[in-house]
Amino acid sequence: MDDRAKILDKYSSRVFKNRKEHVIQVENEDEQKIAANTRTIPGIMTARGCSYAGCKGVVVGPLKDVCVITHGPIGCSYYSWGTRRNKAKVEEGAKNFVPYAFSTDMQEPDIVFGGEKKLEKAIEEAMELFSPACIMICSTCPIGLIGDDVQAVAKRTEEKYGITAIGFSCEGYKGVSQSAGHHIANNGLMSKIIGIGDKKPTKKYSVNLLGEYNIGGDGWEQERILKRIGYEVVTIFTGDGSYETMKNAHFADLNLVMCHRSINYVAEMMKTKYGTDWIKVNFIGVGATCKSLRDMAKYFGDEELIKRTEEVIEDELASIYDDMEYYKTKLKGKTAGIFVGGSRAHHYQLLLSDLGVETIIAGYEFAHRDDYEGRKVIPNIKEDADNKNIETITVSKDPVFYRERYSAEKIEELKKEMEIDDYVGMIPDMKEGHVVVDDYNHFETEELIKVMKPDIFFSGIKDKYFIQKAGVPSRQMHSYDYSGPYAGFNGAVNFGRDVTMSLYTNAWEKVTPPWKTEPMLTGTLTGGGK
Amino acid sequence: MLDLTPKEVKERVALRINPCKTCQPVGAMYCALGVEKCMPHSHGSQGCCSYHRTVLSRHFKEVAIATSSSFTEGASVFGGRSNINTSVKNIFDIYDPDIIAVHTTCLSETIGDDLTSYIMDMDIPEGKTVVHTNTPSYAGSHINGFFNMMIGFMSYLTKKTGTSNGKAAIFPGWVNPGDIRELKKIANMMEVPFVMFPDQSGVLDAPMTGKYETYPKGGTTIEEIKSLGDCEHLFSLGEITCIEPSEHLAKKHKVPYTLLPMPVGISLTDEFIMALQKFSKKEVPYELELERGQLVDLMLDSSQYTYQKKVAIFGDPDIVIGMTSLCLEMGMIPKYVITGTPKEDFTKKVKALLEQYSVEDCTVKANADLFELHQWIKNEPVDLLLGSSYGKQIAKAEDIPFIRVGFPVLDRYAGTLMPVVGYSGAIRYVEKITNALMDRQDRDSSDEDFELVM
Repeated sequence: MDDRAKILDKYSSRVFKNRKEHVIQVENEDEQKIAANTRTIPGIMTARGCSYAGCKGVVVGPLKDVCVITHGPIGCSYYSWGTRRNKAKVEEGAKNFVPYAFSTDMQEPDIVFGGEKKLEKAIEEAMELFSPACIMICSTCPIGLIGDDVQAVAKRTEEKYGITAIGFSCEGYKGVSQSAGHHIANNGLMSKIIGIGDKKPTKKYSVNLLGEYNIGGDGWEQERILKRIGYEVVTIFTGDGSYETMKNAHFADLNLVMCHRSINYVAEMMKTKYGTDWIKVNFIGVGATCKSLRDMAKYFGDEELIKRTEEVIEDELASIYDDMEYYKTKLKGKTAGIFVGGSRAHHYQLLLSDLGVETIIAGYEFAHRDDYEGRKVIPNIKEDADNKNIETITVSKDPVFYRERYSAEKIEELKKEMEIDDYVGMIPDMKEGHVVVDDYNHFETEELIKVMKPDIFFSGIKDKYFIQKAGVPSRQMHSYDYSGPYAGFNGAVNFGRDVTMSLYTNAWEKVTPPWKTEPMLTGTLTGGGK
Repeated sequence: MLDLTPKEVKERVALRINPCKTCQPVGAMYCALGVEKCMPHSHGSQGCCSYHRTVLSRHFKEVAIATSSSFTEGASVFGGRSNINTSVKNIFDIYDPDIIAVHTTCLSETIGDDLTSYIMDMDIPEGKTVVHTNTPSYAGSHINGFFNMMIGFMSYLTKKTGTSNGKAAIFPGWVNPGDIRELKKIANMMEVPFVMFPDQSGVLDAPMTGKYETYPKGGTTIEEIKSLGDCEHLFSLGEITCIEPSEHLAKKHKVPYTLLPMPVGISLTDEFIMALQKFSKKEVPYELELERGQLVDLMLDSSQYTYQKKVAIFGDPDIVIGMTSLCLEMGMIPKYVITGTPKEDFTKKVKALLEQYSVEDCTVKANADLFELHQWIKNEPVDLLLGSSYGKQIAKAEDIPFIRVGFPVLDRYAGTLMPVVGYSGAIRYVEKITNALMDRQDRDSSDEDFELVM
């Protein structure tokens, strides 16, 4: 029996029928199919969150100058308050809403009689206290059910105060995971913010960084490298990002996509509306960072830029060489499992491989098939009822700002050397025998660890402590266990250090008390003649 | 930090900023984790369950297991009956608990799912149990969720056989495993046979053995919950958290109860011990008198560093009442005492304590939030802040010494293993508070005033 079968074997027939499509063991990296973005089976201890978590928690929450009001009972706002490490720094005098939680704290009468009035009053109070330039309203489960119209409230807010206001119908039951919320958030940013600014970049080559949430300062390390080469970063979606800079996103020359799942809609729509090309970058891993920087230079095709890119790469590689070599000696030959993110389970395999660690188990909570198999499968993905409930907006060429850098022919020519407006997915980077799990759960994680025995497991807070209780070091890859940054060149060293630390923590040797391995009684055998 | 918070206080009626409470279901989940071989189940969207497991894991640094009905839009329109049926079947199949404790969410409450009838119609395997409670997130706070789940367990399980089991029931309220161990220690010292309900010790402070157990050794057993109806007396710790479950048990099985404050500090621990003594009719053992004596001694020795120091205390009602009492015993002045939980009884209890010590000019408020607490502090500062991790923002912004207590503490380790309650809990907190104030004095003193001996 292969590893996959050993795990699935324990399920009842109905659960087996469902999960066998989501748990695969790689046989052919190029043609491996997996089921994804479908309903979680009720009662399975899934790691998934909800649409609100995807919209407020992931995409719009990090926007530092936006007052994000959660419309609903208190819990959802409370749990998404200061818990994600989307670091933000503000200029002197600028507004920073990141340390705050705003909620309409709905009570029973609001549920019964409707909460729109309370929401409008809450907005009035927020305006009096903070006069933000932008207010976003994120709906929680009851809102859609009781029929509060948050878009109408947003419209009235814009008219009354002359600010930007966006209502998101990101109720927790929408879609099948956080992914629905990402899409809903992308739609709002695209239709209400991107393109309304007038501040043009000043440098020759400018980029937007998409799907980078600045966990542990990852975005800052990427910005540091990009600025060193000479790029201007117009805006970041959305870690340390802002309403003020996002308005000007349409002026950037190129979109760089880090987290494919959470932000690909914006990349796609900006391509259609403004002609902005996007490339899938990965600044996690030394080799991956170099490749991403080279792809960018190749895209612009400027000899000077290519030269500068190589200079920076050479210098950065030299400065981390000794550290990386040291950590490789500690980590080479280890195996890992990783369950995280909307691209991270892919990204981190490359960084782990830089350190000599092989990733034998990988999976996502909320990915779609294209994140696993590549965008080539998108035309074949069948929409089900849950996906259809999520609005898809259509955009068209902007009459003023649409511009194509390259002709279709030139793009085709470039595509021979690099991916443009495309992502090949995670599975092609994995090997035969590796296990891929979609919508992973507690039971499967436990069983996979027993069967495949990875040396270290990267996952989230809900899994960390049980994995460690099973004797396997575990690191949180949503929060980096409050360390980081892990991106770029310096980040790779931090990661090497942290993984080494987790594996070589002295206390691991103390798990078994000495009396469990020593014989209980000592004495000499006496008596008895021959 | 918190640079947008203005000094000028304006009344808000609709916008909650930086809450000092969360929603009911997380309380229900925490309560259910205190029952042996129990799987807490969240009947709603899976995001709720994910958030609750996360905050519990971050507080206890332990896995917090729970499952979800994983509602989609369809379930939200047509009702969650099929989701709960599928859930229960899968949970027993895959995770094999003895009991599933279902709680609702604002979603399933808003659509009006009738869990009582769903569970009645369900196929439950032989020897297994499913119970539920209603925890609408739009009423009360996580504290209500906690006691509603207690009532949920009791309404399904407790029985009165007519024969007393000779035991006392103890409701510890919402405390950490370290507190429960301390309460058990005290009850054992007082020679009171007891049933503790719920009991998260063993579950959320499980030892590292190299072998993961889905259900670690710990938790109130189903048999013990059943036997609550046969207990001779109930001691309920936490006047706000425990009143409703106590009344439930009294009404259902005529079990008399003594409602006590959470035993924090000298007087409130004294009250608990004297109540136990009335039950056991035994002498208070020397070991407890020793602990008490050490605590009083410590307070007298260190009082000059705490005397008349102003403190702001926030958090859940019962722990805040307890800490207020301890601070008063230490000669401190509770300047602001708030809870986010909307229970007006809280204000009365705190004011009664303040009156005992003739402390005036203190702001006490239930249903308050940390934004207003911060604003008050900006207007009239305090020397110390006591509360959950969310106070660290205010402490940093206003440069105030800060001691963590209550739920959740997300940014420190080992706190959940040790008590706040009892004389030893008080010794621990007197040390923490005094040290924080003395560290501040050291930090702020000039070289010529810097003391080696204090």
